[in-house]
Amino acid sequence: MTQALTLKNLTAHYGTTKVLDDLSLEVPAGELVSLLGASGCGKTTTLRLVAGFLEPTSGSITLGGKDLTRLPAHKRDIGLVFQSYALFPHLSVADNVGFGLKQRGVGAADRAKRVTAMLERVGLAHLADRLPGALSGGQRQRVALARALVIEPPLLMFDEPLSNLDARLRLEMRAEIRTLQRANGTTSVFVTHDQEEAFSISDRVAIMHAGQIMQYDTPEVLYQRPANEFVARFVGYDNLIPMQVAARDGARVTAAAQGAELILSQDDFGAIPDCFVLAARPEGLLVSDQGIPARLGLRTYLGRSYQYVCETPLGSLLATSPLSDVREPGSAVHLAPNPAQCCILPAA
Amino acid sequence: MRSTVPLPLTLFAVLVYLFLMGPLVIVIGAALSDTSYLTFPPQGLTLRWFEKIFEMAAFRRTIVTSIQIAFLATAIALVIGIPAAYALNRFRIQLPGWLSTIFVLPVLVPEIVLGFALLRSVATSWELPIFATLLIGHTLIVLPYCVRVVSASLASFDFSVEEAAISLGSPPLKTFFTVVLPNIKAGVIAAFILAFITSINDVSVSLFLTGPGVSTLPIQILAHVEQFFDPVIASVSVLLMLLTVAVMAVVERTLGLTFLAK
Repeated sequence: MTQALTLKNLTAHYGTTKVLDDLSLEVPAGELVSLLGASGCGKTTTLRLVAGFLEPTSGSITLGGKDLTRLPAHKRDIGLVFQSYALFPHLSVADNVGFGLKQRGVGAADRAKRVTAMLERVGLAHLADRLPGALSGGQRQRVALARALVIEPPLLMFDEPLSNLDARLRLEMRAEIRTLQRANGTTSVFVTHDQEEAFSISDRVAIMHAGQIMQYDTPEVLYQRPANEFVARFVGYDNLIPMQVAARDGARVTAAAQGAELILSQDDFGAIPDCFVLAARPEGLLVSDQGIPARLGLRTYLGRSYQYVCETPLGSLLATSPLSDVREPGSAVHLAPNPAQCCILPAA
Repeated sequence: MRSTVPLPLTLFAVLVYLFLMGPLVIVIGAALSDTSYLTFPPQGLTLRWFEKIFEMAAFRRTIVTSIQIAFLATAIALVIGIPAAYALNRFRIQLPGWLSTIFVLPVLVPEIVLGFALLRSVATSWELPIFATLLIGHTLIVLPYCVRVVSASLASFDFSVEEAAISLGSPPLKTFFTVVLPNIKAGVIAAFILAFITSINDVSVSLFLTGPGVSTLPIQILAHVEQFFDPVIASVSVLLMLLTVAVMAVVERTLGLTFLAK
């Protein structure tokens, strides 16, 4: 039942505006893949193209080897879960869930049995006769999920399904979606702008920007080894410092930028090219006695450490000091890299 | 703490109500008067003027015509107006803004001008039967109400509900009837009633389009009052009012009148 989804060279326009630019993506069978990005990055457009609500200008969409590109939306057999839940307001919970089965010509008796079984799985069997208007947000989301799952689609797609829920419920539903998806082994596409949500729920994440995929990989790789400055900034490497290698001594590399020098070890970073960008999280630059000269500005208490906005010859940087080493704003210090929270990017 | 309404304001409100209700009271009173001429306050009480309406063939005929025209014009306007309202809302982003304004234009053009224009074009050039001409005119004047009221109802409809149905395997046209229409039912009923009342009360457009043998009730009232000055005119006015009130009562019962204020 599990099928891979393949998007090949998809380009799409709204009027004359290009919203998707030659996008290719392979979602392996049975995996949950997130499309992550700010609004307007093309993630929802991608989902709507796959669902069949939009037509691509060029490119192809195939699911399990079957070409969907020109197939009308109602023949694509894809389970969709919407941000607004999109339940049928005039139908009971049971009729909402049974809607897809009815379209497929499943008889009333069989339908009732499958609807009940599905409602039991999402814990809503006791609400079968209610109208959606009488349900809470979490319950509505469960009905939407049940409605999409009961048709046993080869592909499930979620469009920001959790953004209308409160924080606690969001975590609960996230786990529930993941559990159900794993149990069914249904290939799934999950659209979200929430990085934590995408990273916690997905096998792989495609980080999107301006209608293109900036990087497509597992959450671990995205987090530790971003491929470019956009992804680095997106996953929290707030400091991006362009540098040049000034001297090499075995694994020891002396890198320079604007008169400031840092000693980096290739044992920590792997091979360092002559020209590169040092990407450092705020925890990746420690207040120290050597390194980049800096003057401390605004100090923020973060519970486990202090964070500072620092003025340096390289511009404004974010740095960290442990609780045991609190510094006063205005003092002149140096910033040294903490390799565990830094990575090396090729120069742009 | 109790808040009291200031006396001048109360007086003012009472005056406004008198101003609004006064003519109605006079007409109803005159319709019940047991005299052969219009008078108020009524002298004696009788329902014979109401019986008289139905004894007069001209009134019987025009009441039937009015109801026929109102029903047909409203039905045609809904058949045109519902898809128009749907398209205007569904593709709001893609469509130019002035397009929805076009559907309101017949309301902005003085009805008397519209009536005259229709007389010149439809009635005299095409030589359509009077009934058909009336029907076209009435359809035109009620169409904006249909589009507006159905639009108001569609504006709060979440179109992802429609997409959900399609994604579950329901073809688009079927989805419109099984999912969209049931959810804008209230708006369609309201549009029907508003259009029906507008048509049945119309004078200005009908004035130009009625002709020998075919007329509507309001036009017949005008014709009657030019020749006679008896309480029949009051009783037939009350009848027209009752027809409107009955329709409004149905709306009030089913949807609440606040719906129309949207």
